[in-house]
Amino acid sequence: MNSNEAPIIEVVDLVRKFGDRTVLNDISFNVHRGETLVIMGGSGCGKSTLLRHMIGSMKPTSGSVKIFGEEIATMNEREIGRVRQRFGMLFQSGALLASLTVGENVALPLFQHTDKSPDEIEEIVEQKLQMVGLTGFEDLKPAEISGGMKKRVGLARALALDPELLFSDEPTSGLDPIMTAVVDQLTLKLAHGSHVTAVVVSHDMTSAFRIATRMIMLGHGSIVAQGTPEEIRTSTNAEVHQFINGEADGPIPLNLSQDEHEHHQHVKPRPFVNARFRFHHKTP
Amino acid sequence: MPRDGRAVLDSALVILLAAKLSAFFDPRVLSFCASAYRILKNYLQLNISLLYWILIAPFTGHFFKISPVFRQMVFIGVRAAPMVALTAFSVGVTLAMQAAHSLQQLGAEIYVPDLVMVTLLREMGPVLIAVIVIGRSGSAVAAELGTMKVSEEIEALEVMAINPVQYLVVPRFLAMLVMLPALTIFGNYIGVFGGWAVCTFALDFNTAGYVLRALQSADTWDLYSGMIKSAVFAWIVITIACNAGLHVEGGAEGVGQATTASVVQALLAMLVTNAVLTGVFFFAV
Repeated sequence: MNSNEAPIIEVVDLVRKFGDRTVLNDISFNVHRGETLVIMGGSGCGKSTLLRHMIGSMKPTSGSVKIFGEEIATMNEREIGRVRQRFGMLFQSGALLASLTVGENVALPLFQHTDKSPDEIEEIVEQKLQMVGLTGFEDLKPAEISGGMKKRVGLARALALDPELLFSDEPTSGLDPIMTAVVDQLTLKLAHGSHVTAVVVSHDMTSAFRIATRMIMLGHGSIVAQGTPEEIRTSTNAEVHQFINGEADGPIPLNLSQDEHEHHQHVKPRPFVNARFRFHHKTP
Repeated sequence: MPRDGRAVLDSALVILLAAKLSAFFDPRVLSFCASAYRILKNYLQLNISLLYWILIAPFTGHFFKISPVFRQMVFIGVRAAPMVALTAFSVGVTLAMQAAHSLQQLGAEIYVPDLVMVTLLREMGPVLIAVIVIGRSGSAVAAELGTMKVSEEIEALEVMAINPVQYLVVPRFLAMLVMLPALTIFGNYIGVFGGWAVCTFALDFNTAGYVLRALQSADTWDLYSGMIKSAVFAWIVITIACNAGLHVEGGAEGVGQATTASVVQALLAMLVTNAVLTGVFFFAV
């Protein structure tokens, strides 16, 4: 970690509200080159929302998000597109295009953003698929492969343009332990070998502690704790302790999301009922 | 007491008026207006970005790829040809029979080919083939894009810095803009063939007589007006279908609703536009 260099990602006082519900509250952190940051937290704590702000598909209510030193919150479509070519993103479900084959999916960013010849692209696709252990699957459709394979193809596609920065949304959920280890090793190899910076949203604790150089735990839309894996592991914060050890009893209430939901649900306004007017004619 | 009576009546009227006004601000009315406004806004935005990607972006080096256009042309147009043929044939036969029935009473059966030809070229061809294409290709496009939306595929495209309008909508739009008029011409032929079948086998026409009368009756403007209509319909159908698909919310159920909505909206918009265009082409000029 080189803190003299400008951070790859710089989030300052990020606030996001949906209506009057605050989903992200005063989030600030930096990610430096070569780091692997794991963002963890319970369901509905704002992890995915935070990720969507970093990839520029959501705009913050206030605060700033800088990627590669450029403010992404105020950019227009075209500028965001330019930044997006420098990072890759692995979606939770893989998000492969169902109408294209596995090979075409991985080749898509290459065809769109580079002038490489079809032969070169084929070679790169082969190499990327080999990296995720899917050699020979080029001609299958996404519907013909398993969920874990889709995820790995998604990873191959995210890496197609050799990005400097990789976002992963729960890269290991739904994978068997061996494949989880393979994906983790791949992330580590990218981080150490090619100095790829990674931001991983996960609640797979085994995987998180294996890959992270730094961790952030979110709760109720704000940062509960952050630090190195060792600091998190030895944290005295009860919420963190409960979360990383997966205990049912603790400060995090079980009905967190439901409670919040009910609390913030808008009270439906009663439809206006036209008053019926009765005229009582007094007989003179 | 007439004075009191008037006062009561006046206040009653004021209350009634207030009630009427407040009915206008009824939450249901307001939410309907809001959703209509949102759909219209999305639709206009889609049209603007579509025009940008077709007319302006190629000059800034973002030329759209041509091969997906052909793939969509096969999907939207070529595969719809059998249905279009059957529809057009039935319409041609029906038109000829109806015309024969009415014209026989006047002893003017000789005009059956005229009626078939002109009706097909001006109205029935463009409208009915658009109906078939809405039901078959428009709904398919809405469902396909809607499924892509709910399975995060569209978001994935955006994150890969690929504009969904350029990548998904432009090829479908161009394919439809070419294929609907093409299908209409094809359908016109088949419809006239249907008319010929009735005239030859049921009425006292020979082939030469039918063809001669049909060709004499129609002028090129009849054909062109139908073609203009069908190009306009193509625009309406595909933009409405894509708009419905791209703005699906809420899973598989949302996809179903968007597909239905796209068919209903496209049909209504197409028929209203047809009335307007007919007025412009044959009354205003």
